[in-house]
Amino acid sequence: MPVIKEYYDIAVIGAGHAGCEAALASARLGLSIIIFTVNVDSIALMPCNPNIGGTSKGHLVKEIDALGGEMGKNIDRTFIQSKMLNKSKGPAVHSLRAQADKSEYSRSMRRVLENTEHLTVKQAEVTELIVEHGVCKGVKTLSGATYYCKTVILCTGVYLNARCIFGEISNNIGPNGLQAVTHLTDSLKAHGVEMFRFKTGTPARVDKRTINFDKMEEQKGDERVIPFSFSTDPKNVQIDQVSCWLTYTNEKTHEIIRKNLHRSPLYSGMIHGTGPRYCLSIEDKVIKFSDKNRHQVFLEPEGLYTNEMYVGGMSSSMPEDVQDAMYRTVSGMENVKIVKNAYAIEYDCINPVQLSSALEFKKIKGLFSGGQFNGSSGYEEAAAQGLMAGINASMKVLGRNSLILDRSEAYIGVLIDDLVTKEIHEPYRMMTSRAEYRLLLRQDNADLRLRKYGYQIGLVSAKQYHDVFLKEKLIQKEIDRVEHTYLRISEDLQKILQEKNSMLLNSGSSLAELIKRPELDYMSLSAVDLCRSYLPQNVQEQVNINIKYDGYIKRQLKQVEQFKKMEAKKIPEYIDYDQIGNLRIEAKQKLKIYRPMNIGQASRISGVSPADISVILVYLGGK
Amino acid sequence: MADFYEDTIAAAATAMTPSGIGIVRISGKDAFSVADRVYRGATNKKLADQRGNTIHYGFIVDQGQLVDEVLVMLMKAPHSYTGENTVEIDCHGSVLAMKKVLDAVLKSGARPAEQGEFTKRAFLNGRLDLSQAEAVMDVISAKNDYALKNALSQMSGSVARSIREIREKLIYEIAYIESALDDPEQISLTGYSDSLNRVIGEQKKKLEKLLSTFDQGKMIREGIKTVILGKPNSGKSSLMNLLVGKEKAIVTEIAGTTRDVLEENINIQGITLQILDTAGIRETSNIVEQIGIEHAKSHASNADLILYVVDSSIPLDDNDSQILDIIRNKKTIILLNKNDLVPKVTGTMLEKLTQFPVISISAKNNIGIDRLEELIKTLFFQGDIAFNNDIYITNIRHKKILEIALEKLIFVENSIAKKMSEDFYSIDLMGAYEALGSILGESLGEDLINEIFSKFCTGK
Repeated sequence: MPVIKEYYDIAVIGAGHAGCEAALASARLGLSIIIFTVNVDSIALMPCNPNIGGTSKGHLVKEIDALGGEMGKNIDRTFIQSKMLNKSKGPAVHSLRAQADKSEYSRSMRRVLENTEHLTVKQAEVTELIVEHGVCKGVKTLSGATYYCKTVILCTGVYLNARCIFGEISNNIGPNGLQAVTHLTDSLKAHGVEMFRFKTGTPARVDKRTINFDKMEEQKGDERVIPFSFSTDPKNVQIDQVSCWLTYTNEKTHEIIRKNLHRSPLYSGMIHGTGPRYCLSIEDKVIKFSDKNRHQVFLEPEGLYTNEMYVGGMSSSMPEDVQDAMYRTVSGMENVKIVKNAYAIEYDCINPVQLSSALEFKKIKGLFSGGQFNGSSGYEEAAAQGLMAGINASMKVLGRNSLILDRSEAYIGVLIDDLVTKEIHEPYRMMTSRAEYRLLLRQDNADLRLRKYGYQIGLVSAKQYHDVFLKEKLIQKEIDRVEHTYLRISEDLQKILQEKNSMLLNSGSSLAELIKRPELDYMSLSAVDLCRSYLPQNVQEQVNINIKYDGYIKRQLKQVEQFKKMEAKKIPEYIDYDQIGNLRIEAKQKLKIYRPMNIGQASRISGVSPADISVILVYLGGK
Repeated sequence: MADFYEDTIAAAATAMTPSGIGIVRISGKDAFSVADRVYRGATNKKLADQRGNTIHYGFIVDQGQLVDEVLVMLMKAPHSYTGENTVEIDCHGSVLAMKKVLDAVLKSGARPAEQGEFTKRAFLNGRLDLSQAEAVMDVISAKNDYALKNALSQMSGSVARSIREIREKLIYEIAYIESALDDPEQISLTGYSDSLNRVIGEQKKKLEKLLSTFDQGKMIREGIKTVILGKPNSGKSSLMNLLVGKEKAIVTEIAGTTRDVLEENINIQGITLQILDTAGIRETSNIVEQIGIEHAKSHASNADLILYVVDSSIPLDDNDSQILDIIRNKKTIILLNKNDLVPKVTGTMLEKLTQFPVISISAKNNIGIDRLEELIKTLFFQGDIAFNNDIYITNIRHKKILEIALEKLIFVENSIAKKMSEDFYSIDLMGAYEALGSILGESLGEDLINEIFSKFCTGK
């Protein structure tokens, strides 16, 4: 039987958030790309929560954007509400979160994909990897068509052997009723890839017309919206926004859950996959935190095109009748009608320790992977990995060095380093607490941190890079000026201090010292800082942060110096750990599996103790 | 438990100084066969064929020459200090005997252990955590071979335990802050800084307390703090002189001669006593004498061991009951002095009254001192003489780390005072947490994430 044979530089399997970034990055670098999806209508689908960003995830989106990815631009085009979280906290934990119009988000991304040069979109199920002598050479689809390519990027999300469950109902389908992918796991296993089975869940979608919003608290967006993308003009995102709504569960809700627990597939043993602790189903919340007599519930619009509302905080896999009953106990939801039931989903993903920091399989050269398939969770985590897998798969094709961001440079670096060095037992979610240098990895300076890499790779234009370069110069110049500016006592100055409830001065003070006072900042002192020239707001912001938190930033920079020293101690790729006599067996086994690039990475592997690290250092020193 | 070393090592496990017993330790895969080459038991059984955790009486022989009469203790891997096959030879404590036994062992296939190598093996075999290993290293280098109590205390992990307690408090607070930062719509930090300030204050106190034991830790190496108490002219100074072996205290017939505290280090069969002679306890109007008595009392309250000297020729009186009050909860040996005179007080009486052991002596005629020494030694080895405090920091590295942790907590206090936002607190809280973890040799891992998820209900 004649079958199709085609040739591309890179094949991307899956067109979710990871696949889209991977394909776009590679195509924009001039390579010929084919991207496979089980359904072209599900490109960049948001099958769970209707928002992009949030704490630490907002950072990821900003970083993706700084490197030349698409997610930030796409949400700026399609958001319906936007909010900067943690505004009362320090700048390191400010996080942007936007509600998306799901349908628009998906269609907008599809338009970008379809209009990118060198990029072919193909609806087909990939069933087989072609691997010869440990090198991936292409893929085969269900029809037998063969696509030869130089590298392959797996971004299959939660579709591998997906199973959706609620109550006694179990369907072998992917999210939102889409077709699951059933053959690829076998092919991966045949090539020695170790698979995990993870689980996650999503709440019900309910009909807006059946909700009584009078009984809920309105959650509005910010008055002034800040865009995700550094290239979006802030003027273009000041739109009319839609609200979300806050309500609570109560003892009645919990009672129903407790009474029907035996019917939950989670508790009856029907679900075997490992679920995330940060995204507990309402059943888990009620059981594990039984001292809490209520839990928050957020009603979030799925988009402008629909009456569906997402019931945030109440994901579940209870049977249909229990879902009906429990949602209806929530204040304002007494008469609610469910459009789509909540469900849990089980899926195959890989143990990510099989990947290098470039997201390439250590044992199958040319095979890269990104996204939920790597054991992560979340659209943003997926997109970040997709982008990096796309960049590194392209770099490989182009014969250039991979781009590996370290933990002191980006949340993306933390994310990938965690995935490839730590043992994960549940879908991995980004959190600001995972970033040990988070004071430096702010969402406001992602461009200053990462534009240069985007430019070197070729995803950021010379003009964009030059803009950041100039911005950096302006910031540095202004910081220098502020640090050397002394203010004399003046009526105007004392007046400002009085207004801000700040201690009045007895003698002059340096401007920097005043900015460091908690109740003051760079902007509030502009009236008395007579030599100040006009500066763009994003420059002012950086000057303020750098001066205000100077002491803390310097301390983190010092830690980074230490960290970089350990990262700089490279471990030879083909080191034979069996030759190192004094290593403990456990450490030896772990090191053989993880094969860390450097001492820093080795020290982060669980089961490798500080003593083992000394032993390796001694060994390397003796070489 | 696997062997990570091919070779077998041996060294004196006790210091090469004159002492009651000396221990030569052999560790490694071939420890038993090495020992068999030098050991001659009562029967012809080989040590290698014996069960672990057994003790055997016999002789060490070097090329046909009898070296010493010994007890040999067998421990099979992993049930030994190093986690390897281990033989300990208890020989006579003279330097010469130990040296000869060790020489014989080294000639029979063991190589000399490097300094601290037993401990290193124990550590690498997972038998010790880092802080335990360091405490052991301390002991190895301690000048006194029996200054073990501190090490024993760390072995059971008392320092580790108190550091773990502090870390648990810190990680809870960090997790609380982080869960609020992660899920700000659900967890509020309003009013939190006050409660954090309290917790920080408490943890600072604990760290300061640990640090304050640093100097006391040094004292341990100096010896067991022993205080001689008694009424005036009961013979305390004579006893002191006898123990010290030189005229130090002024001995006269006039009661109240010793008006302050005299201090001397003595060595009883390898155990160092830091011995203090004190002013006699009695009601007095003499100010100088009163001060001396107060000093005596305060030293007694800090003592590890009290030697209560009673003049057997004078009946007990109010002053004695005052002393009995002081020593009630202390480890005490009662010395019934002047046993050459007609007794008004008997040992049976005192034993009944106090439950403390009583030894009849004559300080003047040097009678009964050997029995006292035996008793001190027995009490020490039974662990009956406990050092005054159970937690000691002796290692300079530990001290530094505790100081760093303390500094970080002060940073947190400053951040709170400066009204910084909460995410700044967790930077330094984490710094303190990590520093304390490095004493235990623990890396951070997923501690925080686990704490957040187990203690706080976050996420949608």
